[in-house]
Amino acid sequence: MIHDILYGPWPWYYVGPAIGLVYFALYFVGKRFGVSGTLKTTCTILGAGKVSDYFKYDWKNDIWNLVFVLGLVIGGYLGGVVFPNEVPVELSASTITVLESYGLTSFNETMIPSEIFSWEALFSLNGVIFIIIGGFMVGFGARYADGCTSGHAITGLANLEPSSLIAVIGFFIGGLTVTHLLLPYLFTL
Amino acid sequence: MKNLRLLIIGIAFGFILTKGEVISWYRIFEMFRFESFHMYGIIGSAVFVSLIFNQWIKRSKMKDIDGNTIDIPTFYSGYKRYLLGGIVFGFGWALTGACPGPLYTLVGNGATVMIVAVLSALFGAFTYGIIYKKLPH
Repeated sequence: MIHDILYGPWPWYYVGPAIGLVYFALYFVGKRFGVSGTLKTTCTILGAGKVSDYFKYDWKNDIWNLVFVLGLVIGGYLGGVVFPNEVPVELSASTITVLESYGLTSFNETMIPSEIFSWEALFSLNGVIFIIIGGFMVGFGARYADGCTSGHAITGLANLEPSSLIAVIGFFIGGLTVTHLLLPYLFTL
Repeated sequence: MKNLRLLIIGIAFGFILTKGEVISWYRIFEMFRFESFHMYGIIGSAVFVSLIFNQWIKRSKMKDIDGNTIDIPTFYSGYKRYLLGGIVFGFGWALTGACPGPLYTLVGNGATVMIVAVLSALFGAFTYGIIYKKLPH
């Protein structure tokens, strides 16, 4: 039992409620669940307030957010290195067929395709598109939409906020467009 | 002490995201192809449980650990920034296979190249802060 929890992987019906507990725990210590605020906080600490008043605010109140994501890194180390998942991601057969047609075959070894997400691939065309441009859009989009998956899809939807529903619809318009129109093209270049 | 409890909640969240394979590019790819229930089950049950906590906090006028009443205001209004920003975010989510929480978690997992994605995300947030007055909100 303890072994299964430590090493996983967990079924969805453990994971979702556990995220709900994180949501509650943050309110219980006087905070609000959300991750992408850390991007703004970090820019502000690095001095971005000199060039835009968007970054002019008292960041000392937001230091907790950076402590929280430091925890994310440590939790990722514990879950991925100290107690790594023992079973590879069990993808659906139809997904595997498409991945193989894209030349992505490392799904039995790692959680992310090493053909794209590695230092060797970083300066290939796909490395630049997936890691650098992709990362840029995550940061830009999360600040433009004023929240990411945690802030909108969990916290906002749980509070029945119409704007969070609109943001989540936007997430899917963007994600579906890339997955169905752009990726087939990128992987056949 | 206050930071220690946030660190512990963060560690738990990073561990959960890893055990649930939420950090997996493949899972996000599969989700956007509608070929697995996994991610929908996670997000759906997370929202459901959070909704119950949300109602419980509001109806019981619950106090937090420091004795302050927990305030859950409605923050948002308008729609343009949520739709347009959401679409840009969705582009990035499908490419990196990770939203911000998993990006940080992946670095801890040993995918150190994702530090570059985090730095790019920081630069994206910085760029938004420079040009936001010109964007529809």
